[in-house]
Amino acid sequence: MVAAEALFRPGDRVRVMKAYPLGHVRTPYYIRGASGVIERLCGAFANPEELAQMRDGLPRRPLYRVRFLQREVWPDYRGARGDVIEIEIFQHWLEKA
Amino acid sequence: MSELGRYQPLSYFQLMEVSLRELLVEKGVLSERQIAETVDDMRARGPERGARVVARAWTDAAYKRRLLADGSAACEELGLDVPALRLIVVENTPAVHNVIVCTLCSCYPRMLLGLPPDWYKSRNYRSRVVREPRAVLAEFGTVLPAEVTIRVHDSTADMRYMVLPMRPAGTEGWDEERLAALVTRDSMIGVALPMAP
Repeated sequence: MVAAEALFRPGDRVRVMKAYPLGHVRTPYYIRGASGVIERLCGAFANPEELAQMRDGLPRRPLYRVRFLQREVWPDYRGARGDVIEIEIFQHWLEKA
Repeated sequence: MSELGRYQPLSYFQLMEVSLRELLVEKGVLSERQIAETVDDMRARGPERGARVVARAWTDAAYKRRLLADGSAACEELGLDVPALRLIVVENTPAVHNVIVCTLCSCYPRMLLGLPPDWYKSRNYRSRVVREPRAVLAEFGTVLPAEVTIRVHDSTADMRYMVLPMRPAGTEGWDEERLAALVTRDSMIGVALPMAP
């Protein structure tokens, strides 16, 4: 199997795992542990954590755009209540919220 | 300073770049000529490419729909080479304003905007625009009404983003070329609005 199956659909609520593995990780620290909504599936891409170790990164991992409310990400957020941030997150960093 | 000039030792990354480049040439992976051509090609790319795309979208509603549905394919229609399925174009409207950042490094739609400006790569911009976008936009002279939703896009992985700004009022009947001249680099990153006519 070249690509792992996509488990989430647009509109699903998900939580970013709160994990701190060593190595090259494309999940920003500030969003770990936050909950958001799947905005779209971007496709499946080689896992950057594996590519950084000179491995092939297969099977390709589903990559999503996840939308978060700013006031939930930053408790002291000063801006409109509806302001959002969207981030690309790989499926293996997401769990159902 | 003496007539000998000032000696500047190579930085760590400059040294790494030279070593890697020389090794690639020595091993026959790439030629000096290929490297020079690629560098020239990168330098030749500038924000006027993105501006052409924006001006087309402003004048052709069907093109705009295709651009928002599949950015890469729509750029290809204009002869712009953008890796397949990798470009997401986000549209500014009276209700939503988009702004782009890469908090982890400096991912940027180089195929449409050329090389990123230094501030885009700065720690200041990268760390602040995600948590206080309105303050950062104000520093660029962009003050948006409180009821406009700000949507920040952090390009953390394989996709690249470009903002489709709103067409300025007072440009009715303008052709694409005239419109493209109003589309600045910063308006396609989302930190500014297009120039006024």
